[in-house]
Amino acid sequence: MKQSVFFGALTGAVLVGGIAGAATLDDVKARGKLNCGVTTGLVGFAAPDANGNWEGFDVAVCRAVAAAVLGDPNAVEFVPTTGKTRFTALASGEIDMLARNTTWTFSRDTDLKFDFVGINYYDGQGFIVPKALGVTSAKDLDGATVCIQTGTTTELNLADYFRANNISYEPVPIETNAEGQQQYLAGACDAYTTDASGLAATRATFETPSDHVILPEIISKEPLGPLVRHGDNDWGDIVMWTLNALIAAEEYGVTSANVEELSAAAGDNPEVNRLLGTEDNLGAMIGLDATWAKDAIAAGGNYGEIFEKNIGESTPIGLARGLNAQWTEGGLLYAPPFR
Amino acid sequence: MTTLSDPTQESFRLSMLLNDTRYRSITFQAIALILLVAAIWYLMSNLFANLEEQGLNISYSFLGSTAGYDINQTLIPYSSQSTNLRAAFVGVLNTLLVAVLACVMATIFGVIAGVLRLSNNWLVRKLMAVYVEIFRNIPVLIWILIIYFIMTAAMPAPSAFRGDEPAASMILGSFAFTNRGVYIPSPVLEPGWMIVVATFVASIIGIVAYRRYSTKLLYDTGRLLPRFWPSVAIFFIPTLLVFFLMGRPISLDYPALAGFNFRGGLQIGAPLIALWFALSIYTGAFIAENVRAGIQAVSRGQSEAAAALGLRPGRIMNLVVLPQALRVIIPPLISQYLNITKNSSLAILVGYADITATLGGITLNQTGRAIECVLLLMLFYLTISLIISLILNVYNSAVRLRER
Ligand SMILES: N[C@@H](CCC(=O)N[C@@H](CS)C(=O)NCC(=O)O)C(=O)O
Repeated sequence: MKQSVFFGALTGAVLVGGIAGAATLDDVKARGKLNCGVTTGLVGFAAPDANGNWEGFDVAVCRAVAAAVLGDPNAVEFVPTTGKTRFTALASGEIDMLARNTTWTFSRDTDLKFDFVGINYYDGQGFIVPKALGVTSAKDLDGATVCIQTGTTTELNLADYFRANNISYEPVPIETNAEGQQQYLAGACDAYTTDASGLAATRATFETPSDHVILPEIISKEPLGPLVRHGDNDWGDIVMWTLNALIAAEEYGVTSANVEELSAAAGDNPEVNRLLGTEDNLGAMIGLDATWAKDAIAAGGNYGEIFEKNIGESTPIGLARGLNAQWTEGGLLYAPPFR
Repeated sequence: MTTLSDPTQESFRLSMLLNDTRYRSITFQAIALILLVAAIWYLMSNLFANLEEQGLNISYSFLGSTAGYDINQTLIPYSSQSTNLRAAFVGVLNTLLVAVLACVMATIFGVIAGVLRLSNNWLVRKLMAVYVEIFRNIPVLIWILIIYFIMTAAMPAPSAFRGDEPAASMILGSFAFTNRGVYIPSPVLEPGWMIVVATFVASIIGIVAYRRYSTKLLYDTGRLLPRFWPSVAIFFIPTLLVFFLMGRPISLDYPALAGFNFRGGLQIGAPLIALWFALSIYTGAFIAENVRAGIQAVSRGQSEAAAALGLRPGRIMNLVVLPQALRVIIPPLISQYLNITKNSSLAILVGYADITATLGGITLNQTGRAIECVLLLMLFYLTISLIISLILNVYNSAVRLRER
């Protein structure tokens, strides 16, 4: 019987080690790397460049968090996830945070036991069709075959929209955006639907983007933002305030170009001083260095810079700021005060 | 283990557990059992501890809530307002559909290829060997993708059928091959159709009865009645007669291009076709080998003896060789059918809505009930597999050689 006792003790020991610790911050620091879940590839939001470096709007959030926590924007392990695998990856602890144009919904926040920590892109669902089809409104799509990524909110919105308008369609379920693009271009579906930002990003990679139109209807609200596991509020705070720091930095005119200079000594804007750690020590309150926000901003610039560089009007994707402008410019971005 | 270390056994020493062949195997079995139990216990307690830590529980109430998504191939009425349970049923039926279709087709491919592999014609023999080796040695997943991509890339989109000078046109005006599937005419049943079908079934029974009768007559009296033409007559005449008498209650609905897609007729979706053919061709190659082995297991003397009795080669195969070969063929056939059913879970690759795609895919993802869904999936595949082996085992004992 000694043996069973021994094995019992052994399994007990392994068991204790097996359960992921609740303190994600400690795990990340001990590992020296942030595991960040991103898409499998959506140019502008998250995609590896020719050298294999991940780039994009969502990737920038990961890098900012890594910079804030570890002081190094490159200390990130990017984990590609599909619409289907992303939540399992986060729940199981394979990734520390998910930044993958994921819509903040009630059930994801509550039932799935995640916490959305903010919104980095206010989006809505749209449709893209070949111009040659002559379709000008989503309501003309009666009987059409529509490519749709499974495991997404867009899949449910699609069903709701067609039912509400009393028109029929045939869904072609696909796993990744790349697959959707291929099916759509092969004519296996008449229309492709997903977040409008994703449509713009996808269209930008087409050979002749002008042959395709994005229909005017936006059929849903898709507030996209980073999320973490429910329960580790300290970690959630860090991701939330890193995103807020990027947004506030734009509001106060802190850019990647002037952040070094502004953080060298306290200036005359106390909010900026607190943000950059030259006055008070906000970093200590969340278990980070005083320079956490400075590091995050230095990683890829403030929110506006990140937007312009990856998906803004000067890029092939060409998205206007729209709802994603600062509140002072008529948009919805509004970072709470740093004090 | 307590019994082993029982002190009343005088000559027993602990080292005998390892050194004595009488005890050694028991020792190792006991160790293996303890390890297994410990591993299961560890995994289960880990699972529950983790669930608890994340504040999750096991609950099946999600099966009753609205699914919210649409499915492209539904054999029973279903809409996005149906429950997750109904979506799972749609998936179950789709799994069974493709599994049955693929089992039938794979058997046909397998038997033909297996028999032809033993052909006396060098070219045919080699061609079949190439088929078997190529299809057996490339994973079925790749075959599914290849067939699907060939279909979507090579076949015309429905829009190619449009316009005054369409790039593609329907075959015989009733079959359309598109990259979204094949559209064929479907029967439209009006009142009275049952009588026509009943007449048809009765004619088939009639043919069988007539043939039995003629055989009996041949054995009893030596009179040989014609068999072929009467059979053909019984096959067609009564059914056609009733069909017209009842005012043609069965007609065909032809597919026609309407809007974006073909409407009407029967649609066999590209995902179904890709999955069906890939599974059949792949598994057919394995079945071919089983069939060949089965035939070769029947000793040559049997067919030589049959030939000496004056039987023709076709009859030797049907009456002497195959009945004996079946005994060897059926057991491995069971496992091939099981493979088809299990491999059909790759359906999600091409967007075919089987049970893994509905319950184990979309429902799992939208509700986040991973453990519950996966347990249900395991239960489903286990049940189906056990049923298939049960049926074939019963059949196997029916054709088994009866020792006298
Ligand atoms: N916002 C929706 C949909 C998100 C989504 O799947 N987006 C697509 C297209 S915008 C994507 O990121 N695809 C990249 C990939 O396939 O990895 C959700 O959270 O469910």
